[in-house]
Amino acid sequence: MTDHPRVPRTLPRFSSTFDPATLAEIRRASATGIYDIRGGGAKRKLPNFDDLLFLGASISRYPLEGYRERCGTDVVLGTRFAKKPIELKIPITIAGMSFGSLSAQAKEALGRGASTMGTSTTTGDGGMTQEERGHSSILVYQYLPSRYGMNPEDLRKADAIEIVVGQGAKPGGGGMLLGQKISPRVAAMRTLPEGIDQRSACRHPDWTGPDDLEIKIEELREITNWEKPIYVKVGASRPYYDTALAVKSGADVIVIDGMQGGTAATQDVFIEHVGIPTLAAIRPAVKALEDLGLHRKVQLIVSGGIRNGADVAKALALGADAVSIGTAALVALGDNDPAWEADYQALGTTAGAYDDWHEGKDPAGITTQDPALAARLDPVAAGRRLANYLSVLTLEAQTIARACGKSHVHNLEPEDLVALTVEAAAMAGVPLAGTDWVPGGVRY
Amino acid sequence: MCGIVGLFLKNPALEPDLGRHLAAMLEMMTDRGPDSAGFAVYGQPGADGVGKITLRVAPGFDHAALQAALADKLGAAVEITPRGTHLVVEVPEDVIEAATAAIGTLAPGASVVSAGRRMEVYKEVGLPADVARAFGLAGMAGSHGIGHTRMATESAVTTAGAHPFSTGLDQCLVHNGSLSNHNQLRRRLKREGQSFETENDSEVAAGYLTSRLAKGDNLGEALTAALVDLDGFFTFVVGTETGFGVLRDPIACKPAVMAETDDWVAFGSEFRALAALPGIETARLFEPEPATVYFWERHQ
Amino acid sequence: MTPAPNLATAGLAGPEAETIDLGTDSVRDLNSRLQAVQPGANATRFHVLNPAGRHALAVGLTAPLSVEIDGHAGYYCAGMNALASVTVNGNTGIGVAENMMSGFVHVKGDAGASAGATAHGGMLLVEGNAASRCGISMKGIDIVVKGSVGAMSAFMAQAGTLIVLGDAGDALGDSIYEARLYVRGTVKSLGADCIEKPMRDEHRAEIAEKLAAAGITGVDVGAFRRYGSARGLYNFHVDNAGAY
Repeated sequence: MTDHPRVPRTLPRFSSTFDPATLAEIRRASATGIYDIRGGGAKRKLPNFDDLLFLGASISRYPLEGYRERCGTDVVLGTRFAKKPIELKIPITIAGMSFGSLSAQAKEALGRGASTMGTSTTTGDGGMTQEERGHSSILVYQYLPSRYGMNPEDLRKADAIEIVVGQGAKPGGGGMLLGQKISPRVAAMRTLPEGIDQRSACRHPDWTGPDDLEIKIEELREITNWEKPIYVKVGASRPYYDTALAVKSGADVIVIDGMQGGTAATQDVFIEHVGIPTLAAIRPAVKALEDLGLHRKVQLIVSGGIRNGADVAKALALGADAVSIGTAALVALGDNDPAWEADYQALGTTAGAYDDWHEGKDPAGITTQDPALAARLDPVAAGRRLANYLSVLTLEAQTIARACGKSHVHNLEPEDLVALTVEAAAMAGVPLAGTDWVPGGVRY
Repeated sequence: MCGIVGLFLKNPALEPDLGRHLAAMLEMMTDRGPDSAGFAVYGQPGADGVGKITLRVAPGFDHAALQAALADKLGAAVEITPRGTHLVVEVPEDVIEAATAAIGTLAPGASVVSAGRRMEVYKEVGLPADVARAFGLAGMAGSHGIGHTRMATESAVTTAGAHPFSTGLDQCLVHNGSLSNHNQLRRRLKREGQSFETENDSEVAAGYLTSRLAKGDNLGEALTAALVDLDGFFTFVVGTETGFGVLRDPIACKPAVMAETDDWVAFGSEFRALAALPGIETARLFEPEPATVYFWERHQ
Repeated sequence: MTPAPNLATAGLAGPEAETIDLGTDSVRDLNSRLQAVQPGANATRFHVLNPAGRHALAVGLTAPLSVEIDGHAGYYCAGMNALASVTVNGNTGIGVAENMMSGFVHVKGDAGASAGATAHGGMLLVEGNAASRCGISMKGIDIVVKGSVGAMSAFMAQAGTLIVLGDAGDALGDSIYEARLYVRGTVKSLGADCIEKPMRDEHRAEIAEKLAAAGITGVDVGAFRRYGSARGLYNFHVDNAGAY
């Protein structure tokens, strides 16, 4: 009998194409027959602001002294046509999130935090609540395709109107709110039966395209005595054209939401595969404003994946007048907090990965209509956390601006930036670090 | 994204006023399209067997020289009448194609805007009222006409991007909306030998209809086929030598209003374009149905 | 049962009307004068001349005033109306009475697309035809159309009633929620999840009440058929995927 030498065996090897997540999704799809719905924004790795760096001052340029020498952060929105533009103390606003997708406590906390810092918060699909108006010193009223809860009294109570054409998580798609969150109050506000899966339209019911948008904007101005700034919000996909057309239609402010921007609930395939990254959307939008001679006259708000003061400063340097945060604000309130890890585990996930916002079982009491869960969120304490966070974003942006010698954050410019990767250089239109090479062609 | 107007006269007694009405209709649609404007007018045919080519030329263009060179090259009588930045070139009908080709060599800077027996097309960048005035639209006579005011969406604000688009003899098209499969359709039509002047989606629609008509469709059949082959949003108004047609996509997002009397049929993106027409008070007003072909032939 | 008030004639009596001529005054002038009227003010009747298809006429009103527009109106006439009674002696463009909250809007001619879109309350009466998407996303308004309605009417209609004395175009009530649709003539086709439902006395009574409010008499309420939601799309389910 011959001794066979032991044959080395190959290790189990997963396919890059059919990786475990893909396999799990195929099994989930074949079991249920319905696409995966979730909340949040794109989770895949995307070129982002981390791929940009600032060129701080040294000998060729001089910095400002931190904490002592002034570095302004105020911004005025809606100076083009509105009789009453909005004046914000910081260039960071709270993005539209509905009562319905969020609990009343969460909406109140957003209002409290934003008001403390002198900035605005925004309603969402489903209308304005009294609590929200009461706790928000500056409130932007969203005007959406579904017009759930839309009424002219609230329109007149708002400080600005945001016509939502689309959002970064799903440009071209309508909203969803699943039955678990259509509580009696949400149902009544939206004129829907309780507990059904709400489908929201993807197009406005009474206009499509810029020629008709122009007429819609005229109507909204007539109803609000030409006082309120009118924003037009689009999901980033063709930002040059969309910005130019929103401007031609008469908008005061353009909001561009990149694909990292969150949503309460939509198809995962939409979130991950439609739209372009925030980084790639800013320069084309700014170019459109410049081509029309309206940069800084029609203000540009950028949103989608803003996390820290560096992101804020970079977005402003690329030409935005302000940024808007949604997901980060929810995290500041307490979303995905490891303190609730046991509850996340019970839901089959873990703190930091929880994205089933549509199911209404949020352990942190934020993306829910369950009274017991919602009661977990103390709106005063959560509002304080948001104010703290906004304060840090502002201080960080000022720190960078001062280091670049700017007495106002709006004086940051693309020339203050370089890129770490070829992708980021092309998308942001700034040179690769250490070179004068700006890859890519026309900036749209 | 635009404003569209169209007027088709049933009563020949109104023909001297066609341009005046069309100019007023066009101007009412300024808000919908302030970037550029254009129009097609179907006038009386010239003398028997005479065709017309409309050209757009640069300021200071020597049209007398072109007239002489073209007559020489074609061995035929050529008349050229300047109108604003455009020239109307009259040549024997049977040499229209040869003339178009010859113009390409003799005057490479000139662009052929349209060709046919009766149709003249004019278009320019600027406010509709200014464009109408520059070409003297109000003084033009004819049996039917189509006009367009443009708010450019994804293609450039240029005269070439202005409507109407003409891709066949006496054929023109104006479009409000935005097609979503025009790039692949353009490639298909190019393979079939059609050429395009612009990246504009509306030109593809015009080229598509021309291609169907060339294959033997009548306009009604071509428009019906368009409902299958063109994706996206559109309200089209189409002119031919003898009539005009209207087609909206199956969702009919873009606005359309029509009015009809015993004397005329009119189309407007909005009612106010029609408000000044004679007899509008008693006209039959209706909104064209989605995915439905409407077509009026010129009475004899 | 007290007879329903006839909304169509309710606002037309009273003091002398104030005239606003859009041949000379702007739309801004018109709307600021109308919007300035507070409930209980004296001048509550207005007569608007030469509208010529202008947009956003008599929008955002908040008081029970009466406005009569002599001629054709453009987009969004009487948009977001509350309490006011607006009569158009002509046609209206897209979105007449869009998002109306209460009050009465009366179009003597035809209405363009999206009439009564997303409206929460009040009544819209169209004497002629209403084009496509009539009552899209309606949220409680009562719409009465004496003529016919175009394609995709009552799309995603949530609440309220749409009563059509003529015919309805393609895809009536597509993706409808709880709005109630009554059509006397033919329905070209029903949209996804919209079905015909049996007419009962309560439905005939509802039609009679709305028609009376619209000032329409002599119509046999037994001649209507009722359409509404099959509620099959109320929850995402694999077997409904074809309708999404």
